[in-house]
Amino acid sequence: MSEPIRTDALIIGAGPCGLFAVFEMGLLDIKAHVVDILDKVGGQCAELYPEKPIYDIPGIPMITGQGLTEGLRAQVQPFHPVFHLNEMIETVEKIGDPLFRVTTDSGKVFEVKVVVIAAGGGSFQPKRPPVPGIEAYEGTSVFYAVRRMEDFRDRTVLIVGGGDSALDWTLNLQPIAKRMILLHRRDEFRGAPHSVDQMRELVSTGKMDLIIGQVTGLEGANGRLSGAMVKGNDGKISTVACDTMLPFFGLTMKLGPVANWGVTLKDNLIPVDTEAYETNVPGIFAIGDINTYPGKLKLILSGFHEGALMAQKASRYVFPDKRVVFQYTTSSTSLQKKLGVG
Amino acid sequence: MVRITFIDHTGKSRTVDAEPGSTVMENAIRNGVAGIEAECGGACACATCHVHVDEAWVEKTGKPSPMEEDMLDFAYDVQPNSRLSCQIKVREELDGLIVRTPERQS
Repeated sequence: MSEPIRTDALIIGAGPCGLFAVFEMGLLDIKAHVVDILDKVGGQCAELYPEKPIYDIPGIPMITGQGLTEGLRAQVQPFHPVFHLNEMIETVEKIGDPLFRVTTDSGKVFEVKVVVIAAGGGSFQPKRPPVPGIEAYEGTSVFYAVRRMEDFRDRTVLIVGGGDSALDWTLNLQPIAKRMILLHRRDEFRGAPHSVDQMRELVSTGKMDLIIGQVTGLEGANGRLSGAMVKGNDGKISTVACDTMLPFFGLTMKLGPVANWGVTLKDNLIPVDTEAYETNVPGIFAIGDINTYPGKLKLILSGFHEGALMAQKASRYVFPDKRVVFQYTTSSTSLQKKLGVG
Repeated sequence: MVRITFIDHTGKSRTVDAEPGSTVMENAIRNGVAGIEAECGGACACATCHVHVDEAWVEKTGKPSPMEEDMLDFAYDVQPNSRLSCQIKVREELDGLIVRTPERQS
């Protein structure tokens, strides 16, 4: 196990609420690291609707998801949060009063006094295409990500999809695969044009196959795939022989491992009090879309409010002997100094 | 008011009143119509409000935009009459619209 990263707070989720929590905790001198499963900050704002307008941020008549993300990123910069992207929190274990040991799926270990779950609708994970019986092949023949390219050497690989993930892995795995087959529902691709050109070149020189159609079923036994039933756009179904399938159907939100952290859940949400937005485990807070309490509204502005109140209580865990004096950023010289504007 | 009928994969149908200017997806969610998930809330970002438009209505509802067409890549059992219901705006001419919800959204 690697040497733990010791800091005050760990925020799970780099969406708007997680980012603003960095700010509110920063004003109270709480240092935070932020972990997110996506490869970028911004959460749903960045992943689902970067270009879409948001009309209910107080004082900002209209801002896009990306605009809000960039604004928050700039706003928290004075506090130098450390981001750990592309990582999912796997375990949260209470080891002190309060002290938590938190691990990620890439093997990082944190030891923190406060955990803030700001995970929104859960973690973004690859969408499982609704092909009957696909579960039986997952992990043996069906994969949603490529961890080690070598695992695909000499395999007959069927990649399904038309975006950059599908095209990139088609191009990367084609040289080592026994045969590469790309399946997409139409002869147009969302992916980068140069990747599309490269793929078409491989097809025209006979180095791989491109099939237009959709998967309707799988064939095989004991988790070993032998073929995929493919419905062409003419409605005819044929079997495409393959031993490996990589479907790239975008991302969906799943609650993920939160259920194993000792935090009470209710209908996949985390009940909290409305004084500090703390869970049933002292020192673990939940803010934003993932929490629930009487009257809860899933609004970004509610998550901001929750972060501000959470930070007050968090500061008592991080600095048990310090008296928290309530101050305004407009007038407090000490807060302005922290913000680098004093 | 515009009437929209949703038919699920078992053939069960539900007709709801919709206000012009709203989206077909919003009316499904508002009325608790099963078979429409709308995970992203109508941002054309998830493909979980996929419907098959009744053949008689395909012309009136129109073709998906390029962005919607891209998002349909993530849907299941996509057919030429597939649309994302968050991208169909209710208009007076759509009174009587029939859409079918697929067996599964994701």
